[in-house]
Amino acid sequence: MTVKLCAHADEAVAGIKDGSTVLVGGFGMAGMPVELIDALIRQGATDLTVVSNNAGNGDTGLAALLAKGRVRKVVCSFPRQSDSYVFDGLYRAGRIELEVVPQGSLAERMRAAGAGIGAFFCPTGAGTLLAEGKETRVIDGRTYVLEYPIRGDVALIGAHRADRMGNLVYRKTARNFGPVMATAATTVIAQVREVVDTGVLDPESVVTPSIYVDRVVQEATA
Amino acid sequence: MNPDRPTMDAERRPLGKSPLDKHDIAARIARDIPHGAFVNLGIGQPTLVADHLSADSGVVLHTENGMLNMGPAAQGDAIDPDLTNAGKIPVTELPGAAYFHHADSFAMMRGGHLDVCVLGAFQVSADGDLANWHTGAPDAIPAVGGAMDLAIGAKKVFVMMTLFTKTGAPKLVPQCTYPLTGTGCVDRVYTDLAVFDLTPQGVVVRETFGATIDDLAGRLDLPLLPA
Repeated sequence: MTVKLCAHADEAVAGIKDGSTVLVGGFGMAGMPVELIDALIRQGATDLTVVSNNAGNGDTGLAALLAKGRVRKVVCSFPRQSDSYVFDGLYRAGRIELEVVPQGSLAERMRAAGAGIGAFFCPTGAGTLLAEGKETRVIDGRTYVLEYPIRGDVALIGAHRADRMGNLVYRKTARNFGPVMATAATTVIAQVREVVDTGVLDPESVVTPSIYVDRVVQEATA
Repeated sequence: MNPDRPTMDAERRPLGKSPLDKHDIAARIARDIPHGAFVNLGIGQPTLVADHLSADSGVVLHTENGMLNMGPAAQGDAIDPDLTNAGKIPVTELPGAAYFHHADSFAMMRGGHLDVCVLGAFQVSADGDLANWHTGAPDAIPAVGGAMDLAIGAKKVFVMMTLFTKTGAPKLVPQCTYPLTGTGCVDRVYTDLAVFDLTPQGVVVRETFGATIDDLAGRLDLPLLPA
């Protein structure tokens, strides 16, 4: 399927259903697709499971989505931060579920989903609370934990540039979860600073090939 | 240090008044990082180690959000929201820097490619268990980040911490009481009072600062071996 170039973020998030699992890129604010999240708030989908490294900062972006009560469950590695008061309040009030996943396992579980891997044995977390109830196996004397893929219905990611085919390049550490999430969701929606003509991006430097990308929108504020 | 050194009277010489502050401990750790090592410095105090690496150390810093050869914190016009460290602080890039996505960054870690990581800790046990992510308090919101991946991934795991809590409880313990981050993963513990190697034979005191092994042995609930 060729990529759909959207004129506005509202068009890019159209059709996201209640109950969806939404992968949200970014590490802190770097790579966070804020305009897509704001559009998702307007779009109104609710009862969402959000998979992201953090559980929102301040009052904008993911925190705003949480504050609207649209998120049933957060799957993340690091919810608690100095400015995660929106999540903290919901969690303490018992109004949101939390699954804490070690950061590397979070990335690898999405990578597995995108790569057709059924599950994998991972040493991270063996012997800790986060491995409780999970199958383990000793391989060459080391204990590994069986981890299952995390697949999204939708991924919302931020990238630096897209071409008109949907090839993506990122910038510096804002790359973070984008390339992995782009492989792991049924519908992948990218917010970019600039859309360039096909052929402008150096094929050697494309990080996310267009095959993974469904919709692209250029940031209104870019 | 020399185990035959005369012991001090613990009554007259309370522990916890160490001559080393966190900057001194960071400097001590920096001296033990091999030339050219690939190193991850955990969030918080371990970050201070970077200030004590000499320009010709050849050390390449890894930040788990996806970069090698990270430079110092960014100031003024150099601040770029797309370029942060794992603590989300704006940083800079050095010549030879490389960027990569999260799955690659943690594969690099888990795959044993990092030479050293330096982590903070609530507790470390004599057999190298690490507790540094969760107090286990009922109202605490658990948050692990990359701590578990780092603990089991790097070839050498160094811990940087004070030897005692503010209330005087030892942080080097026979068994951790806080929830674990990793088991049997810590190689060496740098504290304000001593440096310890955690070996199959037991806890070896490599070096002490303003305290003797006997002073320390009187305050820790585990046997100490001289270096």
